[in-house]
Amino acid sequence: MHELGIVFYIIKDVKTAALEHDVQHVNAVVMNIGEVSTIVPDYLTDCWRWAVTKEPLLEGSELLINIIPAVTHCDACGREYETVRYGKKCPHCGSDQTWLLKGNEVEIKEIQV
Amino acid sequence: MTKIEEVKVIEIKKSIFADNNKDADALRGELKDRGVFLLNLMSSPGSGKTTTLIRTINLLKDRLRIAVMEADIDSDVDAVKIKEGTGVESIQLHTGGMCHLDAEMTRQGLDNLAPGAADLVILENVGNLVCPAEFDTGAVKNAMILSVPEGHDKPLKYPLMFSVCDLVLINKIDVMPYFDFDLDKCREYVHMRNPKASVIPICARTGEGVEAFAQWLLQEVEHWKN
Repeated sequence: MHELGIVFYIIKDVKTAALEHDVQHVNAVVMNIGEVSTIVPDYLTDCWRWAVTKEPLLEGSELLINIIPAVTHCDACGREYETVRYGKKCPHCGSDQTWLLKGNEVEIKEIQV
Repeated sequence: MTKIEEVKVIEIKKSIFADNNKDADALRGELKDRGVFLLNLMSSPGSGKTTTLIRTINLLKDRLRIAVMEADIDSDVDAVKIKEGTGVESIQLHTGGMCHLDAEMTRQGLDNLAPGAADLVILENVGNLVCPAEFDTGAVKNAMILSVPEGHDKPLKYPLMFSVCDLVLINKIDVMPYFDFDLDKCREYVHMRNPKASVIPICARTGEGVEAFAQWLLQEVEHWKN
């Protein structure tokens, strides 16, 4: 259900972009989805397939997903590491003064027409 | 010769939350001008949001003008319960199957309340710890209720929810002896996610701690109006 709401947002933004660029039909929408964005890519594409049957502009179009790996930065030692593997605690120095550098993206990268 | 189909690519590079974040900021600005404090209350289903609200509103309704917006996927049981339990204005919002409210839906709800009749509007979001955290409703502050049976490790499992909340109410503390719930650990985990979050233990059923929540609300409303 979460993914369905996201799909409605994507459709809204794609429609706006299509209008701006005078596009009649969209073949594919490419998304950047961060590894820790809480989006399940399979659910998102399933919801997409259902939702686009109701949109002439997008009928039969594909949703392509680029997964952005999550990277965390450690303020204590200044190094970076894989978020999914190590979580909140820095594997280099053990500090938890860390923050997510990337991996939380839910963005439309491009549309193919 | 193979025909190469021409694909035109239009770069967008835009977060799908961008529009909602903009709407939410605009809504907050309008609420500030009107002197209305909107609280977004989130939690899992069954954590005691409605019972907590009834207790709290009954403590505050002589001091503040209050209205409630209940968001659910279906039914109006919560809105009716609030109305019957407190007498304050209470409306039901249906999300049409969606698991959260966004700023636009919140605005539509606010438009359906009697104009100028409330200093404090409480939005009871859909019971869910994932999606409501991602969508800024335009509320001035976010609060969430974590109930004892859910376990003290929830802040570790739902990091985003706890990082967006200004206040965490820990409800059902009367049953703490029956559950393996560690209040100190829970505070520590909440503060790992958000060092600035306030934590107030309550029991909505007996009323314990609810006065502290009411005081928090009074202060926040006062602060917002000035």
